Amino acid sequence: MKSRRSFLKGSLAAALVPMPALAQSQPRVVLVGGGFAGATCARELKRLMPDARVMMIETNATFTACPFSNGVVTGLRALRAQQFNYEALGSLGVSLVYLSASKVDPQARTVTVADGTALPYDRLVLAPGVDFRWGSPARYDEAASARMPHAWKAGEQTLLLRRQLEAMEDGGLVAISAPPNPMRCPTGVYERASLIAFYLKARKPRSKVIILDAKDSFPKQRLFQAAWQQLYPGLLEWVPLSNDGKVVSVEPATNTLVTDFARHAAAVANVVPPQKAGAIAAAAGVADRTGWCPIDPVTFESPLQKNIHVIGDAAISGAMAKSAFAANAQGKACAAAIAQLLAGDTPASGKLINTCYSLVAPDYGISIVGVYHAVGGQYVDVEGAGGTSALEAPRETRAAEANYAAAWFRTITAEVFG
Amino acid sequence: MGGVCARRALVAAVLLFAGVTAADAASMPPPGAASCTGCHASSTNVETNVPRIAGRGASEIVAAVEAFRSGQKPATVMDRIAKGFTEAEIRAIAEWLSAQK
Repeated sequence: MKSRRSFLKGSLAAALVPMPALAQSQPRVVLVGGGFAGATCARELKRLMPDARVMMIETNATFTACPFSNGVVTGLRALRAQQFNYEALGSLGVSLVYLSASKVDPQARTVTVADGTALPYDRLVLAPGVDFRWGSPARYDEAASARMPHAWKAGEQTLLLRRQLEAMEDGGLVAISAPPNPMRCPTGVYERASLIAFYLKARKPRSKVIILDAKDSFPKQRLFQAAWQQLYPGLLEWVPLSNDGKVVSVEPATNTLVTDFARHAAAVANVVPPQKAGAIAAAAGVADRTGWCPIDPVTFESPLQKNIHVIGDAAISGAMAKSAFAANAQGKACAAAIAQLLAGDTPASGKLINTCYSLVAPDYGISIVGVYHAVGGQYVDVEGAGGTSALEAPRETRAAEANYAAAWFRTITAEVFG
Repeated sequence: MGGVCARRALVAAVLLFAGVTAADAASMPPPGAASCTGCHASSTNVETNVPRIAGRGASEIVAAVEAFRSGQKPATVMDRIAKGFTEAEIRAIAEWLSAQK
């Protein structure tokens, strides 16, 4: 009732003012970042408020998706299959600015882009994804990543890792350094190691893949480990933090990963560095001491700066993993909250789902699911819901989940970019 | 009842006159609903083995989710998702989905 009444009020007011004033009153929402969170949110804002001015600032005209990029690394997919553009978003009326955003003035409510233009907003949505904490492990910087790829932002880095794997002689060691949490796609490292083992088993069976981990546990761990034992005995080793797994420094010249007590000279070294929210978050003053962005879980508005919302990997969203599914779900929920706020309504309390698939082999999929609600200013698991695939399941179930994973990728990319 | 109908008619008249200037309440997804289309395609151009649910009958959706929740209907992920929603939430989501194109 409340929403209809205030809606009526707003519409009446709009109906009584002359047209130029109406155009002036159209809300301006600016988004920074065109990944799964930002592009979803832009599209949903335009759907919910066809007359609003929605502008998306994104450096790259081509988007390269991370989910399924482990298939590119291991030669199962082409990078092309990961790439999308924003033409559909543009034709729906979202203004696209292909520049980087460098500055935010929360008082003046403007975003400054690379050419110096200050773009005004009523509401700003930051979806910058992650940046790497270069220099951690010691000596792992951007230059080192040209020799030891991270491949944690899809694109050239993905192809570099693939070329290195292809060029490696049989008998080589592939070493993956996994960072501490929070990180983008917390199961991605284990999927990557699995698919690399799949590749090695078929092509270079005397080789081995080792995960040097800064953590002692990871999601879907028992499912992964059971599958590794079954599919890749002797081919894949996981070294947890407590067993000297944490890589403390790298030596790019010799492709060596150094832990407290050991040196791992690798034929291929893949270093996934520790992460933080994309740089614009700190520039806008919405990142806290952790390097990530606290949010109100219902509106995604920053408690640090009014009228600025943060979604996707950059946000601290409690129990929700930093995944494309979560980013997409948050993008839609944030758009709805902004539409309600601009209409003078109170957004409904938040409830979100996350579903993450991993491939242990091309025909072996496993999943983790969560349902979350906002409690005490944070997203927490709804008790009794969610969890992983069953530990014991026939191969047909694993194959079905692998098919569902592929269907999910086609569905979500069509929803965001199609 | 009469008052509500009159108000609805007025809303419709204002909409015709002014165009849609604010979010249409009917298009606003209830809590949780926006997550569904991550897997259940809203577009008909997607090759998928996951059934489309947008535009399907609300009671049909409710029945399916209830069967997933009770374990009556076998599932890979929907059993785990269904357990996170109350009957009222499921009903609201189903009604919203059935109103989508």
